[in-house]
Amino acid sequence: MMIEILIAVALVGALVTFVAPNRIAGKLAFAISLVPTALSLWLFAAFDGSGNALLDGELAFESQAAWLEIGGYSISWFVGLDGISLPLVVLTAILCTLAIVSSWTPIDERESQFYGLILFIEAMLIGVFSALDFFLWFVFWEAVLIPMYLLIGIWGGPRRKYAAIKFFVYTNVASLVMFGSFVSLVFGLGDSVTSFGLPEIATAMLAGGPEGFFGLSGTTLASLAFIGMFLGFAVKVPVVPFHTWLPDAHVEAPTPASILLAGVLLKMGTYALLRFNFTMFPEQVEAYAVPIAAIAVISVIYGAMLALAQTDLKRIVAYSSVSSMGYVILGLVAYTQFGVGGATFQMVSHGLISGLMFMSVGVIYNATHTRMVTDMSGMADRMPIAVGVLIAGAFGYMGLPLMSGFAAEYFIFFGSFGSELLAYSALFTSLAMFGIVIVAGYLLFALQRTVFGPYNLETDYEVSRAPVHDVASMIVLLGLIITLGVAPDLIFTMITDAIDPIIQGGGL
Amino acid sequence: MAVFQLPEWAALAPALILAGTALVLFLFDSINPRSTNRSLLAGTAVAGSLASLAVAVWFTAAGVGATGIENYGVVDVMNGQFIVDRLALYFMIIISIVTALVAVASYDYLRDHTYQAEYYSLVVLAATGMSMIAASNSLVTIFIALELTSLPSYALVAILKDNRGSVEAGLKYFLIGALSSAIFVYGISLVYGATGSLQLEAVAANLGAAGEMGGLLGLGILMLIGGVAFKTASVPFHFWAPEAYEGAPAPISAFLSSASKAAGFVLAFRVFTTAFPLEATTAVINVDWTWIFVVLAIITMTLGNFAAATQEHVKRMLAYSSIGHAGYVLIGLAALSTEAGDLVMGAAMMHLLVYGFMNTGAFLFVALAEYWGVGPTFEDYNGLSKQAPFASAAMAVFMFSLAGVPPFGGFWSKYLLYTETVNAAADNTVLLVLAAALVVNSALSLYYYSRLVKALWIEEPILDRDRLAQPTGLYAAIIAAAVMTVVILPAFDPIATAALEAAAAVVG
Repeated sequence: MMIEILIAVALVGALVTFVAPNRIAGKLAFAISLVPTALSLWLFAAFDGSGNALLDGELAFESQAAWLEIGGYSISWFVGLDGISLPLVVLTAILCTLAIVSSWTPIDERESQFYGLILFIEAMLIGVFSALDFFLWFVFWEAVLIPMYLLIGIWGGPRRKYAAIKFFVYTNVASLVMFGSFVSLVFGLGDSVTSFGLPEIATAMLAGGPEGFFGLSGTTLASLAFIGMFLGFAVKVPVVPFHTWLPDAHVEAPTPASILLAGVLLKMGTYALLRFNFTMFPEQVEAYAVPIAAIAVISVIYGAMLALAQTDLKRIVAYSSVSSMGYVILGLVAYTQFGVGGATFQMVSHGLISGLMFMSVGVIYNATHTRMVTDMSGMADRMPIAVGVLIAGAFGYMGLPLMSGFAAEYFIFFGSFGSELLAYSALFTSLAMFGIVIVAGYLLFALQRTVFGPYNLETDYEVSRAPVHDVASMIVLLGLIITLGVAPDLIFTMITDAIDPIIQGGGL
Repeated sequence: MAVFQLPEWAALAPALILAGTALVLFLFDSINPRSTNRSLLAGTAVAGSLASLAVAVWFTAAGVGATGIENYGVVDVMNGQFIVDRLALYFMIIISIVTALVAVASYDYLRDHTYQAEYYSLVVLAATGMSMIAASNSLVTIFIALELTSLPSYALVAILKDNRGSVEAGLKYFLIGALSSAIFVYGISLVYGATGSLQLEAVAANLGAAGEMGGLLGLGILMLIGGVAFKTASVPFHFWAPEAYEGAPAPISAFLSSASKAAGFVLAFRVFTTAFPLEATTAVINVDWTWIFVVLAIITMTLGNFAAATQEHVKRMLAYSSIGHAGYVLIGLAALSTEAGDLVMGAAMMHLLVYGFMNTGAFLFVALAEYWGVGPTFEDYNGLSKQAPFASAAMAVFMFSLAGVPPFGGFWSKYLLYTETVNAAADNTVLLVLAAALVVNSALSLYYYSRLVKALWIEEPILDRDRLAQPTGLYAAIIAAAVMTVVILPAFDPIATAALEAAAAVVG
């Protein structure tokens, strides 16, 4: 019941906020969003699951109710959490609350609709991470698009219409490709599955895979489905060369939407890759490990190089996400406990760090109305605390020890270096590690020019300290980043517990 | 069992209630021909259609048409000229829902109209005809019911007597309608000539007697398909729809594109399954008639969608989208050659019900815009969400639902239509093309549906508007339709069951 309450609070809260007067919408949405945050922390404390949700694990907060049966396949409301999804649910709830707080300053029109959409997106995101029936999961997955489209389209920057439609079309087409692949796969599995429940399908896949469909052999069908789904999720992650929607969406989106986009929406892609491709298709993972690792390394290096070439702070952070998501893919394809576990840890860690980075950029923009590196210098002079947190966050991004970014990247590299499944794993890992150097390069370069040095910014208004509520939420994020860096076992234990069945399923 | 035995004709009560309501409205008209008592007239029409809905739902729940000792079984009226089974009741429900919504909305739309009583009585009379079509089981009764639907519809399209567009649309609709009626009745005479029967079961029983007149019978069937194509606005008799829907008052466009289309489809579903069972007919005419529907479905959905994408007027866009949706529903007939034919037809029927809410709602929003004096093009709708956030939110729901995006009802029915078509394709691989066409067209349709959402929510208004009125009736109908479009998703099970039972009543 707890997950239902979590989703329902956010959903009802969205409706209430939508009809509330603009004046109080921001505070109201904040108050409402505290409930899911508190609940998700309680879930975290009371978590009693073990194993992987798809592979006979003990689910926490499970609930299942029949919904519909047609043509021999039943569809049900089926939610539950395991060690992979729980940290992401907590991340979603916390980031949504902080995103709402960080909207107080920049959002000054149609507030009730804005905050209503944020709460709606929160409900759908929690649904994505907790749904265990394909149909239900797909409903949540697609339903995230509409509010994000509107958030970018209505409250975005100058090119918001273009960015919004590009985001929508790109990700929607990708979803349809993935959807078609998965449905063919389910029909290909024949009588061995009687529902769209993900655990049942995963079990059937590991027990022998599809029998074939329309004259395709079972193996061909599985490979085609694997590729189709990989492509579908790759757009969401995004990996090079499907990343072009991301910088547009990020740059045009209002800051709070960017926080959610980078912090949680990108994780939908990697989460789905882990849940579907890397759990259900161990043979295909082995067969396609080298090309996937190549894509991952290219994303890491190319994304970082692109970030290096930008002068817009928001673009820099946006491209660096492409790079960071490349690490996640590399960790997944390594298919070792530390690799996959590190990838999952990186999802949470990057959610926190990129959220913090976008928040800082937003705070600077709110004060200066510019994001161009070339326009400003010496911001530390005017907003010392906010800039201090920003610098700490940037070091987290670069992988400073005792911050979560270090733990995540260390796990991934450790896991992928010795991977048995991935050929040339040492080479791929070494190449990817080079990405860290570039990250340090562009972040330090950008910081040096914007925050250090003598204060210089040509404005006709006074640039003053950042508002307390913004600094407070930045400090909360920094606190979480350091906590996870000092004690990664807070979540890494439950992650590895849920990862182990996947790795063993792969026959390693 | 009932305490006392009702006469058989009482089973037609949903249609008879509508007929009675139309007569009561005529009575009002004859007492006070210039009556402008809108509450009384609209109230009577709404009460009549809701009563019809209630009785149809009650009959369904009580087990009319269902087999088993506890139930009443299929009711034959007038020696099989009419039949009340699950199929008839299902479509009576759709028709009375749409009629009720349209009548509620017309209360405001017709505020300055001279011919109030005529309008409502014609609407209810046309609805009576549609309800009769649902229950007709003989080519004669079908034709009579069809004309009972068509004649009031012609008048309704042209009811804005001072509006050139309306009158012109009415004339075009009438001329094409008269032509297609002639073709249809000629088809009936050919069928009668070949089989010597008009009652549908008798036609099926006498198919063998056609002997050398198989070609004649084939021609007759082809002409019946023509009549169906007209009523459902499918290729090749679709071209009246954009003109008629654009010229007609918007509530009438809603009525014709939702209820009239449903009536055309129930006619096709019943005639082609009962009178021309596939194997027996193929034996006589040497052609498998499902092929015609395969071709028509693909052409109809593609043409409708491509034409909709190029429109500048919102109402024309909706008209072409309505043609596109007719193409989706035609899949229900195209898949009858397969094992899973009843499931596909059931899914098509579910789509018609969902369509009854979302499409009616969309046209009613156009009615609301016309009520406000907003122009016909997309640009004229720019920025309406600022003045009317609730109606605009409802319209966004309709648009995304029509496009088949979760979490709205349209996703359910399209999803089931798609999966069942893929399922059926195991017997007839050509259906894969249909399934692919469905997905590609749905993806394409998102372009023009989202264009309207973009106009409403994202674009800036091109001219300043004053505060917009909030007419109670129109708002009530639109919000009710939107709420139903959303609620259908969690509560789909009873609809799916009813639709599958309706399909099972005539297939297999």
